Amino acid sequence: MPTDAPVIPAATPRNRPEPAPIFVRRLTGRDRVGRVFVYGVLIVAAALFLVPLVAMIFTSLKTMPEITAPTNTIFTPPIDPTLFAWGEAWSSACIAVSCEGLRPYFVNSLIMAVFAVAISVCIGAVNGYVLSKWRFRFDNVIFGLMLFGCFIPFQIVLIPIARVLGVMNISGTLAGLIFVHVAYGVTFTTLFFRNFYVSVPDEIVKAARIDGAGFWSIFFLIIVPVSGPIAIVAVIWQFTSIWNDFLFGASFGGANSRPLMVELNNLVNTSTGTKSYNVDMAGAMIAALPTMLVYIVAGRYFVRGLMAGAVKG
Amino acid sequence: MATLDIDQVSKSFGAVDVLKDVSLDVGDGEFLVLVGPSGCGKSTLLNIIAGLLDLTRGHIRIDGNEVTGKEPKERDIAMVFQSYALYPSMTVGDNIGFSLRMQKRPKADRQRKIDEVAELLQIEHLLDRKPQALSGGQRQRVAMGRALVRDPKIFLFDEPLSNLDAKLRVDMRTEIKKLHARLGTTIVYVTHDQVEAMTMATRIAVMKDGRVQQFGTPDDIYQRPSNTFVATFMGSPAMNLLPGKVTGGKVALDGGASLPVPRTAGHVADGARVHLGLRPEWFVPQGQEAADTLPMSVEVLEPTGPDIYASLRFGDEEVMARLPAGSEVRPGEDRTFGIDQDKAVLFDAETGDAIYGT
Repeated sequence: MPTDAPVIPAATPRNRPEPAPIFVRRLTGRDRVGRVFVYGVLIVAAALFLVPLVAMIFTSLKTMPEITAPTNTIFTPPIDPTLFAWGEAWSSACIAVSCEGLRPYFVNSLIMAVFAVAISVCIGAVNGYVLSKWRFRFDNVIFGLMLFGCFIPFQIVLIPIARVLGVMNISGTLAGLIFVHVAYGVTFTTLFFRNFYVSVPDEIVKAARIDGAGFWSIFFLIIVPVSGPIAIVAVIWQFTSIWNDFLFGASFGGANSRPLMVELNNLVNTSTGTKSYNVDMAGAMIAALPTMLVYIVAGRYFVRGLMAGAVKG
Repeated sequence: MATLDIDQVSKSFGAVDVLKDVSLDVGDGEFLVLVGPSGCGKSTLLNIIAGLLDLTRGHIRIDGNEVTGKEPKERDIAMVFQSYALYPSMTVGDNIGFSLRMQKRPKADRQRKIDEVAELLQIEHLLDRKPQALSGGQRQRVAMGRALVRDPKIFLFDEPLSNLDAKLRVDMRTEIKKLHARLGTTIVYVTHDQVEAMTMATRIAVMKDGRVQQFGTPDDIYQRPSNTFVATFMGSPAMNLLPGKVTGGKVALDGGASLPVPRTAGHVADGARVHLGLRPEWFVPQGQEAADTLPMSVEVLEPTGPDIYASLRFGDEEVMARLPAGSEVRPGEDRTFGIDQDKAVLFDAETGDAIYGT
């Protein structure tokens, strides 16, 4: 744009809703009972959900003598909070014979999740675009089959996958794990993107075709820029399920490519020496933090994205 | 500027025939309106012209060149959609310039064209906005701008005014007509609104059930409809159809009066069952000179300002007449109305086809 162009007032959304007027109304007795009931239920529920977290955080900040002291319970706050257990869990706790803590496996999980999420979301977006905006022979059959993939339990496919990974010569590697998660995740991401793109008017694609845009130009210049909400849903969904996966990791991870969840289990289930509850709890917290972080950062888009398409926007 | 030749086009979706043997010839600079009720195939035909749909049989030629089977972008056409179909993530300027960007035109060149079109449509001040920050009428203009910027051989419009409110629709109608007069580009325009068809077209194709019922100038379609469907679909209120029988050069109406066979019909054999078609404005309250008259009772009067719509009863038939304001008619009275039998149209009662003498 030339800089001497006339100043145009910034675009403001025409229909941004006014803040709803607040009607102040005296509460009647019945309203008050209702209120108390609602808040009561919510507080009890919140407390129930917080109990394990509180116990974990408290325990992870204590020393072993403090934990085993007969006068203390798991809800006794730490007298002298220390991050010793967190450090142990992160870099020096012994799992089987190696004493490097969870760090290398955290890195494994991170690499696995980042690649598997990125690849499955990208493929899902293209699939969704093709299945919603282009007609071809048997398109509905193909979509049906992909949808069917969402309902296949992990356990059924373990042995076939092991065979496939063997043939592809990537068994026991991170690449193999990424492949498995991509193959499994694509069914979900395809479903997400396809259902989202159905709400994008077909006429926009027609208009772009007439304007001379091809298959990929339409995708990258028109479809992708409106995909924000659903991309966030797909990323959160994929990241959570891939990060938290245990079965694929335990089945297909090699000695140097096991993900965090598998090693956390190995750490906690160790049968030699005294059980270091504080290190176990710190390890569990470390394993849970990334998914929590993803929810906190992107969670508000999650519900919005899930709702997209339900109401014409 | 271009001619468009639609040659025996048929389209089937599975077992459903949506278009049956449609042939239309559109001259350079013509404004063709495809009109018909929903499901008549008019939008399908437009999509086929655009290249967005494949046809089952037939040919499309633009400027004499076969374009059947070619991609939309190879046809040098532009299209305006009912929903406007603006690209939601792009500004108005980028929306308008998108086709030029696809043609890899240099940026300065693009900007110049965008500014030109924006000025023509008076949307210069909107160029930096996103579509969601525009009103319906503004979106409509942007959609037209996107078509105009390409200087195509043919403009295609798919019910572009249906989403606008009544007042704006009339304004935009005039504006599109002015634009056509100014640019002289061939236009194919789809609508279900017969007023739009009559006011804008140089030629109209009335469609029903995948067939072209009549293809002609608005005047032709209005004055000489080819069958009862065209006669009642075009014109509001609709043409009155009075059943009767031809006897001795006269039409004996079932409602109980006799009128001469209209001049337009030429000679019709005795005994034929017919419908006599009379447009509402061909009635005049008696008192003025009129050779042919019908006795009717006045039921309801609806004054609109310039006219009075009079709901009349003739035998079992309800007849709608459009009388000039100030006509001395009162509800409930029985009186005779003069009719312009020179214009009346006769239809075969069985086939519905109009009967015209040579």
